[in-house]
Amino acid sequence: MVEWTDFERATIQDIFSKMDYEVVGPAALSRCLIVYPWTQRYFGNFGNLYNAAAIMGNPMVAKHGTTILNSLERGVKKMDNIKETYAELSKLHSEKLRVDPDNFKLLSDCLTIVVAAQLGKAFTGEVQAAFQKFMAVVVSSLGRQYY
Amino acid sequence: MSLTDKDKAAVRAMWGKISKSADAIGADALGRMLVVYPQTKTYFSHWSDLSPNSAPVKNHGKNVMSGVALAVSKIDDLTSGLMALSEQHAFQLRVDPANFKILSHCILVVIASMFPKDFTPEAHVSMDKFFCGLSLALAEKYR
Repeated sequence: MVEWTDFERATIQDIFSKMDYEVVGPAALSRCLIVYPWTQRYFGNFGNLYNAAAIMGNPMVAKHGTTILNSLERGVKKMDNIKETYAELSKLHSEKLRVDPDNFKLLSDCLTIVVAAQLGKAFTGEVQAAFQKFMAVVVSSLGRQYY
Repeated sequence: MSLTDKDKAAVRAMWGKISKSADAIGADALGRMLVVYPQTKTYFSHWSDLSPNSAPVKNHGKNVMSGVALAVSKIDDLTSGLMALSEQHAFQLRVDPANFKILSHCILVVIASMFPKDFTPEAHVSMDKFFCGLSLALAEKYR
């Protein structure tokens, strides 16, 4: 069981409650597809991912980015049982989508950068530590059902 | 994943925008690294104060960023440009190279937080590649 301090709980709730998923989700996913282009392998049916402008304007990328953030919210709402929360999604990513779990960390890093850009000075070291801890737990849960 | 001309131009452009704040970036990145990745504190047990914005952290942040400045100036040949620093890290400091990735990430986070409009995805990919190249050059003399 993951132990969360009061500060960590409050920080995660605060960050996500103030977040516009329809902005942050697309920004994080498109950034991931641009900064780590090999991640595009999983989005063959998304149409034009030919360059950064195409990726950032791609409506399927935007929609999926929002989907991802909505899914992260489930972990935010159930911080005391993130493992169980993502068990189904873990199976889906492993068996159906066949995503290399290393990619989860890449997307997580891009999301961290997007949140840092949004919060500016408010993204202190302590806030970053809490955010990255939350994302690490989510990433670990998503990789858990792989075999 | 070597640096294209486009990458080098992007890195130089980004450096042009951020270099005035290099000391602040270095201090913030190092300070938060010690908080977010506590295992990195093991390299600084000789410091009196490991808290963000302490004198040793600020001072060392400056050192790190002058290394980055050097790398930007030697971007066409990072390996030979950073040879002396690589020897220092390999034979004296003996920092596990895994930590280069950690500090690079913290520097990028700070740049994103201080220059959100400039740190576009295109700038990000070039800077990320640059720090990968820098880290590789720094690890060159390790074995």
